[in-house]
Amino acid sequence: MFKGKFVDNLPKIYGTYTGGFLVFIILMAIAEQAGMTAKTIGILFVAFTVCIYAIIGYLSRTVQVDAYYVAGRQVPTVFNGMATAADWMSGASFVAMAGGIYFGGYTYMAFLVGWTGGYVLVASLLAPYLRKFGCYTVPDFIGTRYGGNLARFCAVAVLSLASFTYVTAQINATGTIASRALGIPFELGVWVGLVSILLCSMLGGMRAVTWTQVAQYIVLIIAYLIPIFWMSNKNGFGVFPHLMLADEVARLGELEAQFGLVKNTAADIKSMGVPGGLKSIALPHSGVPEGGMAAWKFISLALCMMVGTASLPHILMRYFTTPSIRAARKSVAWSLFFIAILYTSAPMLATLSKLQLMDPTLATGIIGKDISAVMAIDWVQAWTAQKQAFIADFNQDGILQLNEWFMRGDVVVLSTPEVAGLPYVISGLVAAGGMAAAMSTADGLILAIANALSHDIYYKIIDPKADVRKRLLVARSLLIVIGAAGAYIASMRITSILGAVAWAFDFAMSGLFFPLILGVWWKRATREGAIAGMIAGLASGTAYLIYVYPKFMGNPAWLGIDHLRFGIIGASVCLVVMVVVSLMTKEPDSATKKMVDEVRVPSGKTILGKQH
Amino acid sequence: MSNKEKHWEKTKGLMILTLIIWFVAGYLIFMFGSSLNNASFLGYPLAYYMCAQGSIIIFVALIFWSANKQEKIDEEFGFTERGEDD
Repeated sequence: MFKGKFVDNLPKIYGTYTGGFLVFIILMAIAEQAGMTAKTIGILFVAFTVCIYAIIGYLSRTVQVDAYYVAGRQVPTVFNGMATAADWMSGASFVAMAGGIYFGGYTYMAFLVGWTGGYVLVASLLAPYLRKFGCYTVPDFIGTRYGGNLARFCAVAVLSLASFTYVTAQINATGTIASRALGIPFELGVWVGLVSILLCSMLGGMRAVTWTQVAQYIVLIIAYLIPIFWMSNKNGFGVFPHLMLADEVARLGELEAQFGLVKNTAADIKSMGVPGGLKSIALPHSGVPEGGMAAWKFISLALCMMVGTASLPHILMRYFTTPSIRAARKSVAWSLFFIAILYTSAPMLATLSKLQLMDPTLATGIIGKDISAVMAIDWVQAWTAQKQAFIADFNQDGILQLNEWFMRGDVVVLSTPEVAGLPYVISGLVAAGGMAAAMSTADGLILAIANALSHDIYYKIIDPKADVRKRLLVARSLLIVIGAAGAYIASMRITSILGAVAWAFDFAMSGLFFPLILGVWWKRATREGAIAGMIAGLASGTAYLIYVYPKFMGNPAWLGIDHLRFGIIGASVCLVVMVVVSLMTKEPDSATKKMVDEVRVPSGKTILGKQH
Repeated sequence: MSNKEKHWEKTKGLMILTLIIWFVAGYLIFMFGSSLNNASFLGYPLAYYMCAQGSIIIFVALIFWSANKQEKIDEEFGFTERGEDD
């Protein structure tokens, strides 16, 4: 079933799957009308989708190295685009992004620009050339282009650090959603999440991950869009929210002026006992903060996210799976297309959910109403009981002011269907979507780390004579070990110490961006230069992070470069060191130069062709 | 200049042009965010619209455009791959 013809049948297979999923949603809606409890619906949604992924994972099992590492290099452009989009959009994108915009408004939206613009760099600087190279992993390129085990090892180290920072957050998200939907403790939810993740990737490696990610993309995009369209139409805001919410955005500006944007002092927040991690709205939704520093903060954040995108191995390795070089280029475009569908919707979701809370003329509005009446609302009670929302009557007037309503960012997306009074089936759908988003990213990341360790460290450095069976055994064992390590850390709930998802981007850009692009675009780059660049970039970036992060040394940020932006320091140091050391050391030999020339030609055999 | 070198020159040119457009849509316009917001598009304040949708749409179109352009360059120098790739 999964050979030859399978690729031609993809549109039919996934078309049927999408239809089946929609039928499932309708069945659940009918069941809800018939009296099925909210809890059962939640369980069915998560269980049903996870089972489908597991079946796809099982059907895609393989004993071939090529299929395990690069899905046999036969993934068509559009499907690779969908898989990349699922790989890319994490639990954070799905659950936290609209929440971020809800609280941060325009300022936060630098992330939107940053997390999309990076694909321009991927498409024009890297993807087609790495595809031509024919490598299995990103360190494979570094190791072969620059030569030597040390360069390869450094690349693996940067990759592991960046990806591992990212993966714990994803496993954490699967745990949160699984625990909420299935009604089990968080610590157990994390392990349930991990098992689901491994079911998708264990047997079939990249091939299995590819086909489950396509399925996960379909679930997550449906789950994201349905509530937005539903809410917008229900409230009469516009049939097509993306084009028609201008009045609502303007209305938010009026309401902000009416209620006032007040930033609570830390002392006030503490004295009222607001639980940690909860925020109130204090920044304008569409207003741009004045001044050069504000503009620089916006731009520098976007820069870090873009350059980080182009250095994150779990994304780059998706383009190794296309059948050709031009397919790799097109595939980047499709990836961003599918990502853009969700990213351009996030501001609309934030607008809708913010307005329905803030506008006192809407039935759902709570700001400006009596606190006692607000406290009687079901969803307010449910979320405040879980310490995910909080009311603090600072001025003690008994009326809920804008700065007195606190919420956790993640809750914005999860609670919106309930707040809007949509049927519970939508909440179940959103939970399944969040689970799909977190699982697909976790799968991509765990696979990236495990593949780098099994291919680059074990096969290329430790035991080059290992046979196929042994290599795949090692790869699969590492998958379990890394997943378990991630789940263990996630279950200890110290993710707040591990820091933000943004760090993964900064780590990756500090160590990998310039060694990767200069490897293609600058023939004079030498092994010593690359090694020195990777080490210096990663070390300086990490040192700056420790210097500036409030929970470590907490020094004032230099030029506004705070802990979310430390990659600027790391990548700059990496570039300078790499260029200087390259120029000081002997030019690469003619074989290397010939290899670089060959990489730049978009036809013919791959460079590594037979060496695997 | 050999065929390969000419091909690379043109590829480089396209890369630089692509990155200039990328820079304008991703950075330059946001340096003037507060004045941009006085204008509007579809009724949205312009700077808000650009980061919510505008720049993202430009990026998608830019990658499609640049991939097509690159294919033309490859064809011109005879580096096209034959086969069942799309």
